[in-house]
Amino acid sequence: MPLPSVIGSEIEYGITVVNDRDFDPISSCVLLVNAYRDPDDAEILWDYDQENPLADARGFNVEGEKYTPNQQENIARNKTLKNGARFYVDHAHPEYSTPEVTNVIDLIAYERAGERTMESARISASSLLPDGQQIVIYKNNSDRKGNSYGNHENFLISRRTPFREIVSRFTPFLVTRQIFCGAGKVGSENRASPCTFQISQRADFFETEVALDTMVKRPIINTRDEPHADREKYRRLHVIIGDSNMSEVSTYLRVGTSAIVLALIEDGALSQDLTLTDPVRVIKEISHDPDCKRDYARESGSRISAIQVQREYLEAALRYFETRDPDPIIKDVLTRWESVLIRLEDDPMQLHREIDWVAKRKLILEYMSRRNCTWDDPQVQMLDLQYHDLRPQKGLYNILERRGEMERIISDRDIDRAVVTPPDDTRAYFRGECIRRYGKAVFGVNWDSISFNLGEDPIKRILMNEPLKGTRAHVESLLDECPTAEDLVRSLTI
Amino acid sequence: MRIPKHADDNLTAWWGAATDQKQKQRSDGGSGDSSSSDSEAGTKKLAKRGEELKDEMDSLIDEIDEALEENAEEFVKNYVQRGGE
Repeated sequence: MPLPSVIGSEIEYGITVVNDRDFDPISSCVLLVNAYRDPDDAEILWDYDQENPLADARGFNVEGEKYTPNQQENIARNKTLKNGARFYVDHAHPEYSTPEVTNVIDLIAYERAGERTMESARISASSLLPDGQQIVIYKNNSDRKGNSYGNHENFLISRRTPFREIVSRFTPFLVTRQIFCGAGKVGSENRASPCTFQISQRADFFETEVALDTMVKRPIINTRDEPHADREKYRRLHVIIGDSNMSEVSTYLRVGTSAIVLALIEDGALSQDLTLTDPVRVIKEISHDPDCKRDYARESGSRISAIQVQREYLEAALRYFETRDPDPIIKDVLTRWESVLIRLEDDPMQLHREIDWVAKRKLILEYMSRRNCTWDDPQVQMLDLQYHDLRPQKGLYNILERRGEMERIISDRDIDRAVVTPPDDTRAYFRGECIRRYGKAVFGVNWDSISFNLGEDPIKRILMNEPLKGTRAHVESLLDECPTAEDLVRSLTI
Repeated sequence: MRIPKHADDNLTAWWGAATDQKQKQRSDGGSGDSSSSDSEAGTKKLAKRGEELKDEMDSLIDEIDEALEENAEEFVKNYVQRGGE
């Protein structure tokens, strides 16, 4: 049996300052992160000692320089929140990493909590700018000028699963899943062939099949081997190919189906060989075919469409779960996956209430026909960008959602709760509760550790290398019995 | 654990719903089997719904026009990011 699911996402946002001729992304990001205030705020370091982004899953270390900021810079760029998330500056982008969760519904709640956090920081930070200027934040992945920023999904998998199995069996899935989770883009970039509209924001940027890089020569399968957990037992598969979704249904399917397919791969339950010839080219061709009608060469010789590839995975999953009792969320993901594939085959435009790229395409087509403009009109390019604007009154997705034009998976109350409360069922509970209860004594945090400064003593670091320990069920009564951080550290180190 | 409201449906329920809807649309569209008055009423109903949809879309596009940044050409040109990740 595969491991119980532990997932999380890291999302980089686009940022600009309106009416600022000297816009500097890094100082704007630092301003943004520091402007975020919440009542339990404490100055906490991000613990870079625990990180090694240069380890490769194929079994070697790559040479390079590891980034370690000084203490002041560290605090200025990092906030660990009481819901267990990390809100920080990554290069020239604001980024939000969700806490670890065990299911895709919680993942959506924490991703959207990230949108709320960004928006609330944006309002505070903008009030500090000169009159007429304001920060604007976009949940997208491209500036349409050849620069891309990422959305990374993380899945905990067993180290026993051979990495080459992941590469060969997961690649055809990743290349084709964009048909239900692309965020849509007007035009092409990064030397891809010209088009008016394409399914994915990111497809133009993928240049190789397997590699460690995420910033140049981006690979379909990323080999970063940094489990943030017991490395004897686990890998953290770092999936970098996805678009950031505004639509909850797109996120639900993107992450939900990926977790299901990984479970099948880990359990040796995928027998068919779906290998596509030249996946780096195919990912762009699929993206450039919004009718979803083309087919692509397989290594086996025949040809197959993106929808058919997804159907093969779906059918394997349905067979797999026939003899098992899937939990209600998995069951629901399978149901939706099937329904969406059927409707994509029939006419993709039916999915305008569910799938980002379809919603955006429909909006642009309706706009063009009413305002008599074409794909290269600046208004159309503005629609493309502004679909992802986080402001409630300006963001076009937000307008669609408010008018009831988009299907939802969770409620606004679920999002409100996720902004302030960690998930119950992973170590994020322990992290978030420590920050809420003992914030001033927390010295540093990483995904798999938390350290306390108790005054005179050396810093005490508590390791958390099991993502499913430190849950509410495990530690709530212990925390209740420890009014201070000293009590907690004493009871854990005895 | 919170699950979507239709989570209890079996795996083919969506399929069924999608098919029903499609068949319904086809018969609303007026097949040879229905009587001419039924078909007329159906056509009127469809035309009315079509107009409602058009009005809703008009109002949406108006709202979006209001929301769109002024000077789109300049705005889009100035939106330049550094590569991330």
